[in-house]
Amino acid sequence: MRDGNFKARWLFLIAYLVFALLPIYWMVNMSFKTNQEILSSFTLWPTEFTWANYKTIFTDPSWYSGYVNSLIYVGINTAISLTVALPAAYAFSRYRFLGDKHVFFWLLTNRMTPPAVFLLPFFQLYTTLGLMDTHIAVALAHLLFNVPLAVWILEGFMSGIPREIDETAYIDGYSFPRFFFTIFLPLIKAGVGVAAFFCFMFSWVELLLARTLTSVNAKPIVATMTRTVSASGMDWATLAAAGVLTIVPGAIVIWFVRHYIAKGFAMGRV
Amino acid sequence: MALIELDLAHAYGPNPRTDDDYALLPLKMAFRDGGAYALLGPSGCGKTTMLNIISGLLVPSQGTVRFDGRDVTRDSPQQRNIAQVFQFPVIYDTMTVAQNLAFPLRNRRVPEAEIRQRVGRIAEMLELSGQLDHRAAGLSADQKQKISLGRGLVRSDVSAVLFDEPLTVIDPHLKWQLRRKLKQIHHELKLTLIYVTHDQVEALTFADEVVVMSRGRAVQKGAAADLFERPAHTFVGHFIGSPGMNFLPAQAVRGGVLVNEQPLAFQEDRRLPEGPVKLGIRPEYLRLGQAGDGRSLPARVSRVQDIGTYFLLTCELGGHTLKSRLGAEAAPPAEGDTVHLRLLDAHTCFYRDEQLVEATA
Amino acid sequence: MNNHKPVNQKAWWLVLPVILCVAFSAVLPLMTVVNYSVQDIISPQRRVFVGTEWFVMVMRDSDLHLALWRQIQFSLAVLLIEIPLGIALALSMPAQGWRASVVLVIVALSLLIPWNVVGTIWQIFGRSDIGLLGHTLLKLGVDYSYTGNPEHAWWTVLIMDVWHWTPLVALLAYAGLRSIPDAYYQAARIDGASQWAVFRYIQLPKMRGVLMIAVLLRFMDSFMIYTEPFVLTGGGPGNATTFLSQYLTTKAVGQFDLGPAAAFSLIYFFIILLFCFVLYNWMQSLGTSDKEQGHA
Repeated sequence: MRDGNFKARWLFLIAYLVFALLPIYWMVNMSFKTNQEILSSFTLWPTEFTWANYKTIFTDPSWYSGYVNSLIYVGINTAISLTVALPAAYAFSRYRFLGDKHVFFWLLTNRMTPPAVFLLPFFQLYTTLGLMDTHIAVALAHLLFNVPLAVWILEGFMSGIPREIDETAYIDGYSFPRFFFTIFLPLIKAGVGVAAFFCFMFSWVELLLARTLTSVNAKPIVATMTRTVSASGMDWATLAAAGVLTIVPGAIVIWFVRHYIAKGFAMGRV
Repeated sequence: MALIELDLAHAYGPNPRTDDDYALLPLKMAFRDGGAYALLGPSGCGKTTMLNIISGLLVPSQGTVRFDGRDVTRDSPQQRNIAQVFQFPVIYDTMTVAQNLAFPLRNRRVPEAEIRQRVGRIAEMLELSGQLDHRAAGLSADQKQKISLGRGLVRSDVSAVLFDEPLTVIDPHLKWQLRRKLKQIHHELKLTLIYVTHDQVEALTFADEVVVMSRGRAVQKGAAADLFERPAHTFVGHFIGSPGMNFLPAQAVRGGVLVNEQPLAFQEDRRLPEGPVKLGIRPEYLRLGQAGDGRSLPARVSRVQDIGTYFLLTCELGGHTLKSRLGAEAAPPAEGDTVHLRLLDAHTCFYRDEQLVEATA
Repeated sequence: MNNHKPVNQKAWWLVLPVILCVAFSAVLPLMTVVNYSVQDIISPQRRVFVGTEWFVMVMRDSDLHLALWRQIQFSLAVLLIEIPLGIALALSMPAQGWRASVVLVIVALSLLIPWNVVGTIWQIFGRSDIGLLGHTLLKLGVDYSYTGNPEHAWWTVLIMDVWHWTPLVALLAYAGLRSIPDAYYQAARIDGASQWAVFRYIQLPKMRGVLMIAVLLRFMDSFMIYTEPFVLTGGGPGNATTFLSQYLTTKAVGQFDLGPAAAFSLIYFFIILLFCFVLYNWMQSLGTSDKEQGHA
């Protein structure tokens, strides 16, 4: 748009995009090679292109179950986060009440706590509750940072809707639930999408808590990937393929929310 | 200060074929040096497009723009020495009022002493002298618009000041103040001012000449009186005036017209080419007549509104709705009454294909 | 936030589910931590209240001092590189059209990669035998080794973080830029403003809000970083890339020193809280009058 150093901008952008894609490209490259080829020669492109690594992952339950597990607890977490965050965000957006600012800030402080701090307590808590190695455990644990985030994002979007709409519905005789679901929610669709995206994102990528709280049954892909050493050495090829596959859901989700993604990062405050 | 001449058209795409492909249909127009003009029309009529072409923010797809004879079609706004005020106040938040006003001059490396002098003079004209050292971000909307305006006026060689619906965000009770201020500035500085608006009151009070636009076409350009008395197009008749002109289908015959098969005769020596026409008469001129005077037709009064300074009658005549403004002194008819409306009058206009048909004497 | 909203104490009911969830996930564990931080758990049955003994011991630990110093250096470096780079990236990204979508997806991609995979990607990338970076550097004659050379390890971890998280800053800045109405740029052109003036007087001020979020988030997250450096270097060589989270995890899980670990956890949390509080207030004070003018 600014014509002056148009070319300079494009060069810089291209340079960054190359920087961004290079490591990923390298992993994709490796995922289509065999272990022998990886270890024996160095090529920018697979000389013997093979789908074998991906096949392994899709057919070996110990691999694909990792993805399934991850998707399950991420899904549960997103669902719970949104469900509890929506009414709370509405309250923060529309009303003043005793301690509202403090509660809001307290929610944010949870985002500031290092997960490492919760390692042991979580371990003990969930063992006591008998929830170790379950999807629900990880889903609940991730609520720690996702719920505050969801509340903050949704509040930002909700504050952009004029209060007159609420008042009109009230005068028209709508009950609160009916107003909320039939009128209000459709208006903040973008906000809900963005909040869901972020819940998905932060839950999908988190390792420490997910690994601590699971062992076999609910083992997420992030943990599975740490065990690729076998007798014949490091299984780079399969590891690379597994890595590529962890990026795929993310890429798909980004594509769907791409129009709102920038605004969402600003928590609707733009 | 400059004479601005336009001879151009602007199309959306590279190969315009129909009228719809044009944002601005081919037009030729001149804006006198030091004149105050308004571009008036509903949304989407092309007025902002024309403004942006004049300012240089947009290059027309065909044709030229000339300032004092010089072809500036491809020149930037800066090169044309244009000043523009937008719909919402555009100010530099981090600067004070004085720094805002000085900004265009600093960019041109004007000496500091001169900057101070000009900023002081403009600030006084705009009644901002008291706020010169305040941060611009903290002021009210109308003060911010004044700053926007001031940044345009502060340059001594500004060729024209363009306004794009600048009073949109201003509180109603402050609008008239700003309008008066604009007229004052026009009077003092004698700059060419071009003002875009969809509000006819704004246009008619501000400008010496108004360009009425509709769907990419400049329909009529003239002083307020002309637009009112002799609209060149039914659109102008309809758009200007509150309420707009009344229209009735009619048939022109020798010596008069037929409306609903009823003959009406011209009093003066007037002739229209025979055939179907549209009769247009403004509510202000639609008086009550008498049966048999040859110029009036009966109509049923469906509504009488007391506006305060006048009465607004809504009447039905042969399936058409007509409105009439009656002075407050006369006793108005009641609803349901039948009155005679004097359709033929010195102010009646006739239109064929929406264009004004000149009656030859 | 609270200008003309009605007071309604019943709103508490709406907030209750959130409070319960977060209390469960946060308050309960935190209470446990506080509990451990003031006790010496000799055995499950024998617990001795030791007051501030663990806190004192932890704060005297030289390993902690080193880890803290490393962490501060790292977080500062991260902020100094990622914020300007992110802004520059946002300025160069197209505003609309299909190009904008494609660029957006590529840029945002690194944010959605599980953190251990990020570590793995760079682990592979940096090896001299099978990694593009390592191999190329070797060919260029550089004796690059992120496992053996502490400086190389530092740089690799830093660049990995830049690669991973700059897009967050960029997307935030991008959102801020997109919210600027065209009229501002037009007015600047008319005023004869230079590119730099446009950036300094229009773009940067309008991005203040989102940049504040960016700085806070990046500071917090870099201060808490664990997975990526752990996967890449394991904290090594030696302690070269051992930051605070790893220090804590080793203490808590590896050595099972619950008391000191708990004490440090609280200290850790409060350090972040303090920094964020100070940072937040400082940025707020940079432009309080911005609130008055609202949105154009």
